[in-house]
Amino acid sequence: MIKVSLTVNGQKHEKETAPDTSLLDFLRSIGVKSVKKGCGKGECGACGVIMDGVYCKSCIVLAMQADGTEIKTVESLGNAQNPHPLQVSFVDEGAVQCGYCIPSMLLASKSMLDKDPDPSEKKIRKSLDGNLCRCTGYVKQIAAVKKAAKIMRENKNDQ
Amino acid sequence: MTNNINKYKTVGKNVRKVDGIGLASGGHLFVADLADEDSLVGGILASPHAHARIKKIDISKAESLDGVHCVLYHGNVNRVLHTTAGQGYPEPSPYDAVMFDNKVRYVGDRVAAVAAETPAILKKALELIDVEYDVLEPVFDPEKALAPGAPIIHDEEDAKVIIPVEYDKNRNLAAHVDTKVGDTDKAFAEADIVVEGRYKSHYANHCAIEPHISHAKLDPHGRLVITTSTQVPFHVRRIVSQVCEIPIKQIRVIKPRIGGGFGGKQEILLEDVCAMLALRTEKPVLLDYTREEEFISSRTRHPSICDTKLGFDSSGKLTAMSLKVILNTGAYGSHALTVGSNSGSKVLPMYPCNHIDFSMDSPYTNLPVGGAYRGYGATQAVFGLECLMDEAAEKLGISPIEIREKNHIRSGGTSPIFKALGEGTEGVEMKIGSCGLDRCLQMGAEEIKWGEKQNMQGSKPWRKHGLGLAVLMQGSSIPHVDMGAATLKLNDDGSFNLLMGATDLGTGSDTVLSQIAAEELGVAVEQIIPLSSDTDVTPFDVGAYASSTTYLSGMAVKKTAALAKYQVLEAAAEMLDCKCKDLDIENSIITGGPRKLNLEDVGRHTLYADNQHQIIASASHITEKSPPPFAAHFVEVEVDTQTGKVDLLNYVAAVDCGTAIHPKLAEGQTEGALVNGISFALTEEYIFNDKGKMLNPDFGNYKICSTQDIPHIKTILVPTFEDTGPYGAKSVSEISINGALPAISNAIYNATGVRIKEGPFTPEKILNALNSQAS
Repeated sequence: MIKVSLTVNGQKHEKETAPDTSLLDFLRSIGVKSVKKGCGKGECGACGVIMDGVYCKSCIVLAMQADGTEIKTVESLGNAQNPHPLQVSFVDEGAVQCGYCIPSMLLASKSMLDKDPDPSEKKIRKSLDGNLCRCTGYVKQIAAVKKAAKIMRENKNDQ
Repeated sequence: MTNNINKYKTVGKNVRKVDGIGLASGGHLFVADLADEDSLVGGILASPHAHARIKKIDISKAESLDGVHCVLYHGNVNRVLHTTAGQGYPEPSPYDAVMFDNKVRYVGDRVAAVAAETPAILKKALELIDVEYDVLEPVFDPEKALAPGAPIIHDEEDAKVIIPVEYDKNRNLAAHVDTKVGDTDKAFAEADIVVEGRYKSHYANHCAIEPHISHAKLDPHGRLVITTSTQVPFHVRRIVSQVCEIPIKQIRVIKPRIGGGFGGKQEILLEDVCAMLALRTEKPVLLDYTREEEFISSRTRHPSICDTKLGFDSSGKLTAMSLKVILNTGAYGSHALTVGSNSGSKVLPMYPCNHIDFSMDSPYTNLPVGGAYRGYGATQAVFGLECLMDEAAEKLGISPIEIREKNHIRSGGTSPIFKALGEGTEGVEMKIGSCGLDRCLQMGAEEIKWGEKQNMQGSKPWRKHGLGLAVLMQGSSIPHVDMGAATLKLNDDGSFNLLMGATDLGTGSDTVLSQIAAEELGVAVEQIIPLSSDTDVTPFDVGAYASSTTYLSGMAVKKTAALAKYQVLEAAAEMLDCKCKDLDIENSIITGGPRKLNLEDVGRHTLYADNQHQIIASASHITEKSPPPFAAHFVEVEVDTQTGKVDLLNYVAAVDCGTAIHPKLAEGQTEGALVNGISFALTEEYIFNDKGKMLNPDFGNYKICSTQDIPHIKTILVPTFEDTGPYGAKSVSEISINGALPAISNAIYNATGVRIKEGPFTPEKILNALNSQAS
């Protein structure tokens, strides 16, 4: 067993875990359950988190590799009382069907928009390519990211 | 009745999806999120052989491992024959499964199960189960499986069917249907043009991003509580009761949010084992499938061989149809009869014709098990039909659109197939009410610029441009079989709890059904608090399948809301001292009375003041009809003749689903289905070795569409009004998965002159076809 300590959405966590525990399983074991398991091989993208500012798939990162890092999950964006424009746009554009892949897709979108606030459709498609969704056909999600990007740019200009 | 959707307040509007924000903010809503922290971890040992007798099995080493709480195998559980198909009782699928058997019938079949304290102990325990197999000769080819002398897969004495249908396990025949209308021999002999071909569709997996998962535990009263990712909570309760031999009253099934199903979760795959592990250990148990197990051990689309033949007179009128289906059901007969029947009943009525010959044989093979999969037989059979319509059009010298316009079914039309083919029994006579197929064809053709783009050149000399189309139908629920029910109760703030057996598996049905309740009651959708489904709390519903939820459960909700509204108005009339019939509800306000009241006043009054009672209503609904939604799909492609790769440029789906209760969700159902159809047509494939083992059980090697793989997609909802549906609605969820296979095959032909009759349309297959055409 090894000790892993990391910060999740600003809160510090420390726990002993087996050396082969994935970051995904570690996060779920400390109660962060918005991070979903869909394949365990980094292929479906349901388990995405932002680790030290970089979007990555937590099922193919070892918990011990994440020792000392700062992790952000979808809870860092907003909640039902105070949702982020991405969350609102996803819901209102019909991009959320079953919702299983959505927390991770929101983080992938956020990570892209942080770097490129006005992405082309091609860029959006490329950035979300690692996030499989079997429900929507992606049309609504691409529209939702475009809409959210616009709102986020406007909000920034207002400030 | 005309389409008067504009008068509705909530129906037809894109209200906010009721569970949307909770899901988008990472709420702990799925089975794995809700499991007890101290749950044991369950796992299943799968067969490495396609066909083998278990000679000996030694569980002692696994059982004695520290941290192992239970090992189940055929030696310590009762043999209870059942079907894993989550269908209504009596099930049309054969009773050919037991929890564990002394025989395995495909690579991935269940051998044993373990409950252990940690995943590491579980893994070790599964390795320690010592199994000695007597490997038997397998049979993989469905036609060979039916031939005399083939190895018999279900040689056990007790496998049986429980309804009077043909079943012959001694010939590996899991299901058979045949029906004849008119005189096809004569009609084909007299036809001016006959086209025919053998079209094959392939294995596919549902690929819900949430794999199957179940949690079971005993509550403090000793009742079994199963929280499970299912489309059929009430069938789970019934079948777990049957297999685990405990009374239904001892079982509560809770369906939380579900991470997609597409038919794959219309199956009792894990619940019986999870329940048995919890019963034996008296501890909570969490049992799930890995992605690999999803591919290998869960259910699939039945692969099929469809020999299709069409006859026409010289005017282009269809005069005869023949469809002979061989539906490979794999090792068990789950949904074999009904998927097979649907490959006739959801396809042949598209073009009314007096001479029809349909037969379906569903053989067992030692391959993965077929099951319910969005499209349910229609996907398989419409492939050949729609390709042959194009072939006939070419021979007749008319356009693909014209031949369909000449022949497709219309409002008021019928087909003898409706009566002849049901779900294991006879079907139900039906006249088509709403049909917007003419407009689907017209609007879809306009959108893709069908006329303008004929004979368009490809972007490079070696890239050939093509257009293709297909028209489609499905159904809406199973008439005289499916039943849905709902309950509404008024709270003291004027809100209503809507309790439904109907099962939202990610489709948005909680939202759609809340809209129907809100519309009928005269309240905003925010006043409806939906709950689906909990067998202790919500009334019965057969579940989410057969494109039934909006049409069938929606009508149950509408009826329930009408009853609840009447109770509200009765109470309001008493409060206002006026006549009930003068009153109405508009945006939660009681109108038409001597003074204004709102629903909160009525709620509080009835709960706390005079004539105290709970305003509560329930209603059930069954259907007499299964009105088909219709669609026309159009696709524009470029085929690279150097590599064989087909690139989709544009895809248009024009869909008549009656009234779209929530247009954005209806578009989402269409787009999700058609993209699944596209990857089924182009890339999804089970690759087996010669021992029947699937070699590509992961998303790296079984390719489903992602954002960069999809073409430009346009969905057009073509409104019609179905008199028998809630606010004119029909189904929308399944139909659009069926279009890609024929439409893309037609477009490839249009581009290159080669006809691909077997999916998926891989570059290799297309290149080979191009090369044989050239030689």
